[in-house]
Amino acid sequence: MLPAPPDLICRDITKHFDAFRAVDHVNFEVPQGSFFSILGPSGCGKTTLLRMIAGFQEPTSGDLLIKGKSVIGVPPNRRPVSMVFQHLALFPTMNIGDNVGFGLRQRGVARAEIRRRVDDVLDRVGLPGVSARRVDQLSGGQKQRVAIARCMVLEPDVLLLDEPLGALDQKLREHMKVELKSLQAAFNTTFVYITHDQSEALVMSDNVAVMNKGQFEQIGPPQEVYHRPATAFVAGFVGDANTFEAKVTAVNGSMLTLATQTGAQMNVSAPQSGFDTGQRVDVFLRPEAIELVASDMAAQNGDNISPGTVTSVLFNGANSALTVRDTATGAMINVALPQTGAFAGIGTGDTVYTRWDPTKARCYAAPGVK
Amino acid sequence: MSSDASRLGFYLLLAPILLWLVVLIILPHVGLFVVSISEKIGPREYEIGMGNYAAFFQEPLFWRTFARTAIMSILATALTLILGFPIAYYIAKLTQGRTKTTLFLMCMIPFWVSELVRTFGWMILLRETGVISNGLQALGLVSGPVEFLYNDAAIMVGLVYTSILFMVVPLVTTLDSLDNSLIEAGYDLGGSSTAVMREIVIPHAMPGIVSGCIVVFMLSLGNYLTPILLGGKDSLWFTGMIYTQFITRFNWELGSAFGFLLLILSSLVVFLGLKLSGQSLSETMGRS
Repeated sequence: MLPAPPDLICRDITKHFDAFRAVDHVNFEVPQGSFFSILGPSGCGKTTLLRMIAGFQEPTSGDLLIKGKSVIGVPPNRRPVSMVFQHLALFPTMNIGDNVGFGLRQRGVARAEIRRRVDDVLDRVGLPGVSARRVDQLSGGQKQRVAIARCMVLEPDVLLLDEPLGALDQKLREHMKVELKSLQAAFNTTFVYITHDQSEALVMSDNVAVMNKGQFEQIGPPQEVYHRPATAFVAGFVGDANTFEAKVTAVNGSMLTLATQTGAQMNVSAPQSGFDTGQRVDVFLRPEAIELVASDMAAQNGDNISPGTVTSVLFNGANSALTVRDTATGAMINVALPQTGAFAGIGTGDTVYTRWDPTKARCYAAPGVK
Repeated sequence: MSSDASRLGFYLLLAPILLWLVVLIILPHVGLFVVSISEKIGPREYEIGMGNYAAFFQEPLFWRTFARTAIMSILATALTLILGFPIAYYIAKLTQGRTKTTLFLMCMIPFWVSELVRTFGWMILLRETGVISNGLQALGLVSGPVEFLYNDAAIMVGLVYTSILFMVVPLVTTLDSLDNSLIEAGYDLGGSSTAVMREIVIPHAMPGIVSGCIVVFMLSLGNYLTPILLGGKDSLWFTGMIYTQFITRFNWELGSAFGFLLLILSSLVVFLGLKLSGQSLSETMGRS
């Protein structure tokens, strides 16, 4: 028996708006039952891509297959996909039960059967007995779940979600992330989720595609996108990073010696990237990859060790950070504050040593310069 | 001190609307009612009684014209809605920016000239020696001149034309406020165009539809010029009868009774319309 085709395949999808290319030769596959996120800044073309999958826009070229069948030219009301809109688009003139039952009514399902399935799906999203309520009587998180129920009751092959958490407050958003992921697992439906919020994409997805200027920069599991970004854009967009512009001064196997413009020396491991001496590169370093060392232990050996002065303490609970000014070069770097409490008493003006492993930094050729 | 001053300010601001209501609306109607229940029993001798109203019901010409006016006004309202809705939907949902403003303005331009001039414009088109009649003859579709004026269809055309703006404006406003993603969600969930229109667009536009219908119905019912000019002598309209009683017959008592009956009729039809559509007056008037 042949393996089932992926639920969604995009082949070379391109969309032009006059001279502007919103989506540029995008290729991807989403296997059945997985959670796929498209992450990108606003204006990168992710909404256009989603609207093409839903059928509200036709691609200029390329093919779109759902369950192995091309849906090019199929109007949105005949595609086996459903969409959760950014502002949910619950119908304010109908009660919750009629909202959820809308799709079934269009299919001509018998009234008793509609009521049974609506109650069933509302039960599954954890909102039993809200059928008779009006839309404005629900809270933000409840509306979210109703919007998902309204789509899931139709048992779509693919559920599209257009930044549905954007309008929620921080606390509820964190809660809904977990809930969306568990709903996706419970329904075992393929989710395609677009967002500009990297934490939403990283927390929920099986695979993340990072999109920029109409193109996919990288597709991969969240860990890979975070730890091994394929391009400088991904490294800068996903997660926080310190960036340095530098020039290669020596190549020793996979180990590069770099000099920044301010004169600092650093060693970076860059396997299989083929940099030459004299080449300009951008270096990305995660704040949590930098280790803080107390002054009295500074004699210890290690790579990329340098003294600095704390210029500010950015306390944010578990995500607290320091900005440290490098004593030699004056460069500012962000360093994550370890959660062990070792540096709990640190204050502005203190002297610390920073140290990082050459394998933790990522190095990319500077754009436009060979 | 300050509360006295603000209270004075409140009454001063309230004064124009109160004055308008009392002097221009309530007083004339009270006067109209008083005149309508006076029966003339001799020169300058009147007594109170319902004789004028009885006269209305005893004379078939009166109440038939009354019923005819009501039915034709309702028909004109329905036609205006059927014609105005697609126009409003097109302007509100299918156009953007400059095109939208231009189209909206084009709807309004005819209303810059007086109703009388616009009605004469229709007479130039529809009369026996008019543009349409001549055009049909030139095309060889008819052998002789055709008279399009002086019948009920001509009145209907005139009524719809006169009042369509008052349907389009509230409809554009309510349809504009309908979020496009609701329409898209309707299609996305498998709805056909008809289902989306019936279950999403029309329920949303209901306040606009009702307020447009109320205005158009009132305008048609109270229209005097259009039915008289386009309908000719045979097409009777109730406002024409009121005019005759007041001006030609000097029978102010009967004319007042007619005026009062017209007021009752319009209130009744509006009330029924609101009940049938499940809307409240404050809701529909507040929206547009």
